[in-house]
Amino acid sequence: MIRLYDYLLSVNCYKQRLLLSILDVPYERVDIDFYPGWEHKGAEFRKINPLGHIPVIDDDGYVLWDAHAILVYLACKYDPSGSWYPTSDPQRLGEVASWMLFAEGTTNTASAARLHVNLGYDFDLEACQAGAHRLFRVLDEHLWFREQQGQAWVASGESPTIADIALFGDVALSEDGGISRLDYPALRRWTERVQRLPGFIDMPGIFPVAKAPA
Amino acid sequence: MTITNGRRSGAATGPADPVAIDQWYAITALDEIPIGRTVRTELLGVPMSYCRDHDGSPLAWLTQDSLPAGAPVDARTLHAPLPTLADYGYLWTTVGEPDGGLFDIPETAEPDRRILNAGTFGIFTSGPRAVENFLDMGHLPFVHPGVLGQQPFTEIVDYQVEYRSSEIYAVNCLIFQPKAAAASTSGQMVNYTFRVPHPLCALLYKSTPEDDVRLDVIGLFVHPIDDGRVRAHLFNCLLDTVNTDGQLRRFQQGVLAQDKPILENQVPRQLPLDPDAEAPTRADKTSNAYRRWLSDLGMTYGVVARSNS
Ligand SMILES: [Fe+2]
Repeated sequence: MIRLYDYLLSVNCYKQRLLLSILDVPYERVDIDFYPGWEHKGAEFRKINPLGHIPVIDDDGYVLWDAHAILVYLACKYDPSGSWYPTSDPQRLGEVASWMLFAEGTTNTASAARLHVNLGYDFDLEACQAGAHRLFRVLDEHLWFREQQGQAWVASGESPTIADIALFGDVALSEDGGISRLDYPALRRWTERVQRLPGFIDMPGIFPVAKAPA
Repeated sequence: MTITNGRRSGAATGPADPVAIDQWYAITALDEIPIGRTVRTELLGVPMSYCRDHDGSPLAWLTQDSLPAGAPVDARTLHAPLPTLADYGYLWTTVGEPDGGLFDIPETAEPDRRILNAGTFGIFTSGPRAVENFLDMGHLPFVHPGVLGQQPFTEIVDYQVEYRSSEIYAVNCLIFQPKAAAASTSGQMVNYTFRVPHPLCALLYKSTPEDDVRLDVIGLFVHPIDDGRVRAHLFNCLLDTVNTDGQLRRFQQGVLAQDKPILENQVPRQLPLDPDAEAPTRADKTSNAYRRWLSDLGMTYGVVARSNS
């Protein structure tokens, strides 16, 4: 069984819980005392990941870290439909890779703002917020054009991909870092679509959406 | 408990509210404070700094230019040291003149208790808003569904609010909880007692899956940075032989992370003391007692005072 080294309030860990839930893959959770215990920086945990960060998975002895790398692995191994990581479609695969790199940017801005506000991390809050707004504006416009083409997700095509999973948490929790989404209507509609996916689970701090009309 | 320094210091620069000024406030969990390195913050809008001395004892002082964040500290060179306490695992300090020491939590003397700071979280709200949310049982089934409450079991069996030696007690608060504690394996009717011994500190006592008689103690100790921003400390004094620190903290932090956006969406950030100021759904019995108590104390910091007073 997959073992996920996890911290409840980490967006990068939440990405794994969300994909595992959507793919309906059973797993065992190890709660790392990330804050305020800094267990992931300790000698014991560094035997698992010498870089001292989470999430990490251990899939029957195969150990992998880095949030987006784990998403790739999980989708390739546990999604028989092949739709979450579309390896058979070079163009869509390229888009997924591109937006997952973009999501590294939201980690460094929106998530960083959240860590500063919540836990007092020593980051320049205004710079993080401004950086997040620049990225959100780009993503909002992109999603608006997608909607004009009758498409709902970050990458082209009919179904969501791990790029949506990689981006969702930082967007849905942005208010936590003082980043309002009022000016991004397409972004708000997209977060609601993600929240209505079968198997969706939330993370504390994400407001539930009303169920879609039957 | 020892008051290491008794000089009155920052009152002149703090808010014009002796009730708020003359209190001890928990600033940070002791074991999270760096040794000999400056940490800067504010207390009631007054810039202050702190660290632990090389013997581990806490130091606090009014911020001075010569000690920027991270600067090494020599206790002898502090221009305006503040009094400190090291109690319940936290550094407490004041910019006023508190009348004595801290309130007592007798359970902390029991040897089998798990005492830990479950976490400290920055929240854009006032201290009274944070405490009022902690006391409000009515929100549990809606904000913490599946954990601290469950619809449709939203009824709170009527309970008593009492004032004992200038503290508020709300006793016999009964509610059905699907997962009352990290150690819970099934839903149960849970008996809560709330206690408010300090304008910005509240404690709750609740039955625990591991002991038929004694109660878990969970505290909210608020560090008011100013009147619209706080750091909330989650104090745990639990009977739990099962869970790791990481698991205990996961439970408490998950609850707090659900409350945070609710608190940050409340307008204004200050707590209205007028009982008619907000919708009746928020006007829980203990919350009302707390508002009245703050009003009677004459607290003006972080609140909107009653209009007719
Ligand atoms: Fe709550």
